[in-house]
Amino acid sequence: MNLQRIYSLMKKDLKKLVRVPATLFLALIFPLILTGAFGFAFGSLGGAGGEVAYTIGIVDLDETIWAEYFIGNLTESEVLETKSYDTSVEAEDDLSQGIIDAFLVIPENFSNSFNSYNLNPTNASTWVNSTVELTVDQGSMIVSAAIPPLVQQILAETLYGKQSMIVAQPVQIGTPEGIEADHFTQFDLMAPGMFAFAAIFLTMIVAEGFVEERTEGLLRRIQVTPTSPTDVILSSVTANMITAVLQVAIIFIMANLMGFNPLTDLSGYIFAFVIVLLLALCNIGFGLITASIAKTPGAATGISFMFILPQMFLGTFVPVPDAVGQLVPAYYVTDALTSIFLRGAAITSEKVLLDLVIMIGFCVVIILAGITVFAKFGREK
Amino acid sequence: MKENGIKLQNIVKKFDDITAVDDLSFEVEAGELFGLLGPNGAGKTTTIKILTGLLKPTSGEAKVGGYDLKKSIGKIKEMIGVCPQEPAFYPYLTGRENVELFGNLHGMSKTKIKERAEELLAKVGLVEGATRKAGKYSGGMVRRISLVMALINDPDIAFLDEPTVAMDVQSRRATWDFIRDLKTQGKTVVLTTHYIEEAEMLCDRVGIIDRGKLIALNTPKALMAEYDAKDLEDVFIKITGRKIRE
Repeated sequence: MNLQRIYSLMKKDLKKLVRVPATLFLALIFPLILTGAFGFAFGSLGGAGGEVAYTIGIVDLDETIWAEYFIGNLTESEVLETKSYDTSVEAEDDLSQGIIDAFLVIPENFSNSFNSYNLNPTNASTWVNSTVELTVDQGSMIVSAAIPPLVQQILAETLYGKQSMIVAQPVQIGTPEGIEADHFTQFDLMAPGMFAFAAIFLTMIVAEGFVEERTEGLLRRIQVTPTSPTDVILSSVTANMITAVLQVAIIFIMANLMGFNPLTDLSGYIFAFVIVLLLALCNIGFGLITASIAKTPGAATGISFMFILPQMFLGTFVPVPDAVGQLVPAYYVTDALTSIFLRGAAITSEKVLLDLVIMIGFCVVIILAGITVFAKFGREK
Repeated sequence: MKENGIKLQNIVKKFDDITAVDDLSFEVEAGELFGLLGPNGAGKTTTIKILTGLLKPTSGEAKVGGYDLKKSIGKIKEMIGVCPQEPAFYPYLTGRENVELFGNLHGMSKTKIKERAEELLAKVGLVEGATRKAGKYSGGMVRRISLVMALINDPDIAFLDEPTVAMDVQSRRATWDFIRDLKTQGKTVVLTTHYIEEAEMLCDRVGIIDRGKLIALNTPKALMAEYDAKDLEDVFIKITGRKIRE
């Protein structure tokens, strides 16, 4: 390993980033446009993500003061509009026609649950359990992802009050720790996935870069100098890590301009850079594997989608079942950033640390596989 | 063999059923300008690739600059400069940046790279063009910058693989002067070519290679005398019954 060689090759890669329009677009302008477009379309600055986003039907079978209080809180949230129904059949009919986005049924013993909790908040065995049934429009991925946590949030506020959300509670209702009663726009819910979204395209940049250098005879030309394969790969890793840092910075700035305000402090921002860099490393590994298989730059573009698309659809802002998403590294980045940015979780919380550890595991395996495969099959075709 | 010379012994290179280099043995003296002459596909480039560590021979042994090819390829890479047949360069870098990059890959100091780059760019007439992106260069300029990239490290041994292919007459003459200059500096030069005139004018000795085999080896004058030929093309015809550029 030689620092002079690594530095000069890295500088060459960064010059390519700035001087070759296609690379510049894919690496830096695309994340800028994507964040801006989504922010405008779904964020608080745009029309669709503004004050009222969803209409929710209410079937109140309890009809007590507690139920009214809960419905009042739903309306006050400014993210939801409510519409009353006498029966769940009527509500279901409107849902199927797209008139409402979701409906919930407040059960007859709803107030009994509240009263039993208030009588003895510390003894769960005395509580009367009840369940608010929520049905959402499964045809809309955004609605099915956004409404359940919102309703759960408001239900918790109704039971415990807003102040009680930031102190330890004797009763847990399955919501993540430290949630505040902020109103999330659709863009807020998508933003954590955007950080992963930009980084996964490094697969294509790395693969195309190496295949181009190989087909143009540049790798061979470098090979007859004292430069080692380690120098070449390390320089590419370094240059692409710098690109990833720039991507994260661009998305942070653009998302903030679009009204995204993460519930975190400096540590959360630093954590975002760290975990996205791990994802960048994974995708550099995928890029090396792609470059080892592809014979032409065009083939590299095509093959890289084998790694990009699953990550894009399973690990960014497209809601999918956890069990499926957990197959791709991008999922853990989005999951950790969602916990930190939207739920205000600390970077030391168990869930976030678990995501980080899994990402480190993915990273080590994929980058080692990439380097091994490229060293064996990728330098000559 | 003196230092900085080259010695091949029974080198064979096979690609599946095809024998690209067939039992090749010859020596290049230090400071010699040695030509490998032969038609396309004769095995010239494969021989250069073997001597520069890009290909492993199927069998046989070779020494470059006194170092064993199999054991000390790292040492060999420090003392050679290679100008490939297809001029490889980074189109988004300027000519000067391409040259400086390869100076850095050879571990040269900043000052030395700058001095050497100035000297070589002046010799090939690319001082002004060096600030332009190489992707905008003409074919001749690309060839010349490729030559400078190969020689930036002031190598003891230079491998020049068809360096004047596709050059106009003027550029070719300038490159010939440049190559002669290397010889006067005491460099060992291995030049592959299929241009008869180039081999006759530049080379101290010429090895004629056909279908992977060395079929003749001597000074151009001695070869022409030996085969009673008017030029090296005629020598090739008399040995093989074919023209070099068929």
